[in-house]
Amino acid sequence: MSVRPNARPVGQKPPFWRDRAKRALIFQFILIAAVAVFLVYIVGNTQDNLAARGITTGFGFLSNTAGFGIVQSLIDYSSQSTYGRTFLVGLLNTLLVGSLGVVAATIIGFIVGIARLSPNWLLARLATAYIETFRNIPLLLQIFFWYYAVLRTLPSARDSLTFGEIIFLNVRGLYLPEPLFESGFGLIPVTFILAIVASIALIIWNKRRQEATGQRLPAYWISFALIFGLPLLVMFATGVPITWDVPELRGFNFRGGFTVIPEFLALWLALSIYTAAFIAEIVRSGIQAISHGQTEAAQALSLPRSLVLRLVVIPQALRVIIPPLTSQYLNLIKNSSLATAIGYPDLVSVFAGTTLNQTGQAIEVIAMTMAVYLTISLLVSMFMNWFNARVALVER
Amino acid sequence: MLNKKHLVLLASAGAITLAGVATAQADTLEDTRSRGAVQCGVSDGLPGFSAPDDSGEWQGLDVDVCRAVAAAVLGDADAVNYISLNAVERFTALQSGEVDVLSRNTTWTTVRDTTLGLNFTGVTFYDGQGFLVSSDLGVSSADELDGAAICIQSGTTTELNLADYFRANGMEFDPIVFDTSDQTVGGFQAGRCDVLTSDTSQLAALRIQLDDPDSAIILPDVISKEPLGPVVRQGDDLWFNIVKWSLFAMLNAEEYGITSENVDDMLSSENPDVARLLGQDGNYGEAMQLEADWAYNIISQVGNYGESFERNVGMGSPLEIERGVNALWTQGGVQYAPPIR
Repeated sequence: MSVRPNARPVGQKPPFWRDRAKRALIFQFILIAAVAVFLVYIVGNTQDNLAARGITTGFGFLSNTAGFGIVQSLIDYSSQSTYGRTFLVGLLNTLLVGSLGVVAATIIGFIVGIARLSPNWLLARLATAYIETFRNIPLLLQIFFWYYAVLRTLPSARDSLTFGEIIFLNVRGLYLPEPLFESGFGLIPVTFILAIVASIALIIWNKRRQEATGQRLPAYWISFALIFGLPLLVMFATGVPITWDVPELRGFNFRGGFTVIPEFLALWLALSIYTAAFIAEIVRSGIQAISHGQTEAAQALSLPRSLVLRLVVIPQALRVIIPPLTSQYLNLIKNSSLATAIGYPDLVSVFAGTTLNQTGQAIEVIAMTMAVYLTISLLVSMFMNWFNARVALVER
Repeated sequence: MLNKKHLVLLASAGAITLAGVATAQADTLEDTRSRGAVQCGVSDGLPGFSAPDDSGEWQGLDVDVCRAVAAAVLGDADAVNYISLNAVERFTALQSGEVDVLSRNTTWTTVRDTTLGLNFTGVTFYDGQGFLVSSDLGVSSADELDGAAICIQSGTTTELNLADYFRANGMEFDPIVFDTSDQTVGGFQAGRCDVLTSDTSQLAALRIQLDDPDSAIILPDVISKEPLGPVVRQGDDLWFNIVKWSLFAMLNAEEYGITSENVDDMLSSENPDVARLLGQDGNYGEAMQLEADWAYNIISQVGNYGESFERNVGMGSPLEIERGVNALWTQGGVQYAPPIR
């Protein structure tokens, strides 16, 4: 009597080791267990080794007094603050240069990318030259270039370049007047927020009305006027409740006002200009990925050129642009750690540099620093994936 | 993007993470003998203390400590592998075993001695923190520095002293923190800061690196104590003793008038101190598992402390630092070595 392999009575389940899905589960479980055991071993072994060498461990150092100064801080910081505070100061400085860098790189990148496709020969060649120059020179050299070659040619504090005696530019940085808000200023931000809410409502209403009746108002211009006009109106109505703290030269340097340090300017310029070269190429490829037939079809519907771009080309190009754009943003943020080379007080310079050396707790400090970059990168990725899903082709 | 500094840190941290516990208590002397060279952590280029000369040979007061240890242990002062470390890397490199001795103008402080698993073996140079200012600033004292922008090297005790000093005197300052001493000098020369602060010995070295050394002056104020000395890992007492007594041998040699020139004549000296140091009367190297001529090798190949000082940082060098507090106790200084006995 021959037994066929599948001659199993219907309804009886195969043993679990023959079931592919269950087998896969088991393998995954074994893998996770192995990784967990490995991690436990590593952590335990590290602690044993550190203890055997008499090296202090743990995160208790974060509440000790730091005792050193930091040149740029977005929150209150003095040498009496804790090491934990230095972590926050460094983190905020990293986020500051990272976020402003992302904004500037995106703007420059889009402009250069579109310019590269321009029918204007000179403009297109200039854009090409920009891209080929900046993306082929190592970033560290570019940071040194902006810091030493450009910013250092500025005059000393006593011979500052000045714009109307209220803004000063010298080798120590850019000194701007700082607004000091008097009582009654609170109304202005409130009006500003109200204007934004009203504008959003107006745009939504305008869109619905257009879909229903075909008529539309210049909603964007009205919003613009609302957002900037209303707060200005309120400001003059309340008698301009702002005084300006104008920087002035006292002793060696300017005091008062608001200072943008040259380290920040150099790093921000270098990061933006370098990353913009990559973004420009991404934008160009995104636009070129849209078949010319789409443009012709839109023109055949007698849409004006601006609407062809806004309604047909750019929405489709964005789908191609956004995924690689995300990795450029991540690169920019991670590259900001080169700040330490020119003394900009970012997370790596302040925390993984000075704090690490003053406390000697390399493993904790480096682990925290790596965790921060990982978290920032994952958050940016999450946001960009969400944004990508929003602009993605809606399939029905 | 990670730079070299962080790679070194990561690698060292990785070494601590992965290494078995057994190797933590390694026998440094045995390792050094089987390697045939001392692994010595030095600075990233500080003239007078540790910097390569025109022919690429490392020279300096700190380098001479490494050479003395190599002479005592291996009988050959040239059997040293120099590993250049910046201020942030140095302790991790020593903790993880990348270097056997850290001789890199490192200030002896409580935290470093007690929490890092390290031991300071002595003081090669008594230093203090000072200020280098541009001469056209017209400043003659440190208490006129309110509001100044100050260039500092990252990861040094200097950063802490500076903040303390300005706070204690109710003054403000902007710290501009650089990674290496070269960048710090670059920032000062370019006018980014009014003042460069560091240990006074380093200021002398950094000043002669300026394009125009006369454009800057060192203020007379000294705002801190900076005893600089060699560092070893905690838990290897034999190696700790060897490094400690290598320096003491150089100091004692100067006190007894033994130099690299006359050491051979001194072998027949009647002075019992000299005879004990040079191994002519008893073997004081034995307990450190060294040959009886360990100190002879140090003195003949490296010289005594005074010779090393004059050659590297003293009046015979471009730095022209006075002996001052670093003179022997017999000459009004505080350099004092326990007796060989």
